[in-house]
Order: sequence, then C-alpha cells, then structure tokens
Amino acid sequence: MYKILLKILRTRLLTEPLPEPSSDPPRPLLPVTGTLAIRHVDAGSCNACELELHALNGSYYSPEQLGVRFVASPRHADLLLVTGPVSCHMEQALIDTYDAMPFPKAVIAIGDCARNGGCFRGSYAVREGVASVLPVLSVVPGCPPSPAAILSSLEAIVLPATPSVRQIR
Amino acid sequence: MKSFWVFLGSSLAKMVLVVFLAPLFVGWLNMVRALMANRTPPGLLQPFKDWGKLFTKEIIIPEGSSMLFRWIPRIVFSLLLMSSLLVPMTEPHDDGWVFGDALVLIGILSLVRVLMSLGAMDSGTPFGGIGGRREMMVGFLAEPATILVIFTTYLVSHSTMTFVTADSLQSGSILPTPSLVFGGLSFFLILLGENARMPIDNPATHLELTMIHEAMMLEYTGPSLALMEWASAIKILVYLLMGIGLFFPWGVTGGPGWSGLLPAFGMLAGKLFMAGAILGVFETLVAKLRIFRVPEFMTLAFLLAILGFLSHFVLET
Repeated sequence: MYKILLKILRTRLLTEPLPEPSSDPPRPLLPVTGTLAIRHVDAGSCNACELELHALNGSYYSPEQLGVRFVASPRHADLLLVTGPVSCHMEQALIDTYDAMPFPKAVIAIGDCARNGGCFRGSYAVREGVASVLPVLSVVPGCPPSPAAILSSLEAIVLPATPSVRQIR
Repeated sequence: MKSFWVFLGSSLAKMVLVVFLAPLFVGWLNMVRALMANRTPPGLLQPFKDWGKLFTKEIIIPEGSSMLFRWIPRIVFSLLLMSSLLVPMTEPHDDGWVFGDALVLIGILSLVRVLMSLGAMDSGTPFGGIGGRREMMVGFLAEPATILVIFTTYLVSHSTMTFVTADSLQSGSILPTPSLVFGGLSFFLILLGENARMPIDNPATHLELTMIHEAMMLEYTGPSLALMEWASAIKILVYLLMGIGLFFPWGVTGGPGWSGLLPAFGMLAGKLFMAGAILGVFETLVAKLRIFRVPEFMTLAFLLAILGFLSHFVLET
C-alpha cells in the first residue's frame, strides 16, 4: 500500500495534451457540452479496436478531463461506439442496444471493419459495416485507429463549438 | 425555543445547501481519484454537467414495470434530502424542533435501501435483482454496527441526537475517549460499505457480475437516473456529516447567532475537503473485496463497534 502510494506520488501526471478535434462529426450532439456517456458494443471485432479503446481510457489520454465516460448500461449512454463489421449474430443485439438508449443519441463507428466491413467484407457471416444497420454520425477510420484519432473525434462532439472555450482547456 | 417559521426556513435553506454541496463533494472525490491515477482530473463541477445533461434526456420505462419504478427515484431523493435535516451541518443546536434522532436517520436510510432494491427488482432485469439482493445483504450487515456506534455515542453523551453529541463534544463537556475512537473507526468502515465505496463495491465498474450499487441503477434513464445519482451523492454527504458530527464536531458552530455561520461554513468546507482527499486516496490504495469477503469486512466494523461499546464500561466508568 505504502509502495503504491510512493510510486503514484513519484509518477506525476501522465496525461498528454489533447489532440486537435477532428472536423468530421457535426456538433454539438447534446444541448449540454462537456459531458458524454459512451456505451461500447463489440459487433464481431477482432479486439484490436478494443485494445485501442482500453488505451484511450488510460492515464495518457484521460478522456475524463473532457467529461467523457464509458458507462455500464445503454440506458445511461448518449453515444454508441461500435467496433467490428457487425456479424450477423450481433446484428439484433446491436439494434436492441441502440433502441435501449434514450434520445438524444448517436452512433460512431470505430475502425475500418465498422466503416464498410474491412477485411471481412463480402463474407457470408457479416453485414457491410455499421451504416448498413444503424444511422451512423461519423466514422473513425484505421485498422485499428489510434486512441488519439478516437479522442479527437469524441472531442469534436463533446466540446463547445466556439474556439474560445477550447483555449481554456 | 425557535419559532416554527425559523425552523422551516433554516430547514429549507439546509436542504438547498445539501442539494448543491453533494455534487460538489462527489466532483472533488472524483478529482482526487483521477489525480491518484496520474491523470488530468475532470472539473469540480463535472457532476453538475453530467446530471444536468441527464435532465434533458428521454425517460424510458421498461416493459412490464409498475408505478414503483417511476416513483422510486423521486421518493428516494426526497427521503434522503429529508434525512439531511437529522445531521448537524453548521447550525447551532437549539432546543425543540428536531423531528428525530440518529435512530430515525438509520430508519430512513434503511427505508431508502428497501425502496431502491424494490425499484431495481421491479425493472425485471436479472442484474437489478442481483444488485438489490446484494445491497440488502451489505445493509443488514452494516445496520447492527451502525446502531451500536450510535449507542456508544449515547453512552458518552447521554443522547441519541447527533446534534446533542456534537454540541457536548464541541463544548468540551465530554472528551474524545477510546470508545469514540473505536466508534469512529467502525463508522468509517460502515460509511464505505453503505455508500458502495471501494473495498466493497467499485463505483466505476462495468462488470455487471461484480456490481452492487450500480447494478440497481442499470435500468434508469434520463431524469430518473439523475435523481438516483444525486440521491447517492446526498447519501454519502449525510453519512459524512453524521461522522463529522459524532466524531469531529469541533467548529460545527462558529459562535452564537448568524455571525458564527461563516466560520462554521469554512470549517465544514475544510472537513469535507479533507474527507474527500482521505476517501479518494484510500479507495485508490485498496483492492476490491470479493463479495463473499464482504461479511468479514462488515463483521470487522461490528467488532470495532462492540469494542467501543465495551471499552466505555471497562475504561471510562
């Protein structure tokens, strides 16, 4: 316990400066900025995107500083992050998750698979990306996309549109 | 004797203060936790943003749920707000016009627990049921310890009113004794258990199978969820105020009349600041207990309470 405390105090802050917000998703998603609850659904992903999402949640990127949180239930979520090409078995579960979310809500597709099926495109077991199942607000391309790319996409949604407020951050 | 209107006005003012103080405290606690993870913390006002946003969202009522599910967030919120009137915050104790003692407070809190569990079971999801049952288990293990702690303070101050105990400790008519030290330690463990804090329950978990408190929240949406989360924040604040009143009451009243209010607020803010820092650091340093170890943890709280109770007779009379 004492060793951990000493280690924590010696390490200092690890968080890196925020990347520039991407220009892709329209904003703002919600009437209240500076807060976003995310539900992540793995729709047949190879788990590379999940590793990047885990890295995103770590101390280096710390989406908490923007008010971005991953939540345990679609009922609490504003945003659905989908990874994977949407395998046929996950299609209904994905639609159910989307239906369980309260309005206002949006979907972001993470990775090339979620964009259009990626390397699984054309397989009998998958749909062609998230857009073939749900309305998608924006796509973060990459195989897998880096945490910084995901974060800049989330930033665009969660930060107020005026640049002056961004300077303070 | 205060007039009824003064009592009404000060009670309303206190409730309003508690409503706004609770998210601030949770914001501070989350800041400490983030700092202990070596990451840039969210702002102090983050809970206001999070819950304010929830009020703008849609409410989804699960199929097959009854009126209970719709009303429980409001009832739980109001009950917890009412329970905050039973703990000393800044006001000097006046005679009359207090509607209950610490035992009434425990009663209200167990009523809240029962209602929350019922609401969770009413939604019909298996996780809600798991969460409700676990919360009841932690509750019934913590309750005897809480009552024993209150009886210990009764032995010392001859009153189960938290106000009277705070007053007599503060005015120096009774001194901190071994029994109060044991009681304070026991109360700390109870506070962790009852408020679903770290060794018992991880408030940030996503694994439904390890959840206790969060599992009961899974089905609430929008304003209902905001009320439930706000109520949990008020609950932890009420527990802290009770702990402060029973074991660290120095400075609860700054002086007679209105002039004493400002230093009293300063002391209160300082104590809550310290409490948040201690809780945050403690939660970072301990690992979550398995659910089957929770009874042992609560037994420890009960044991400490018993020790406090007995040490009064052995050491202090």
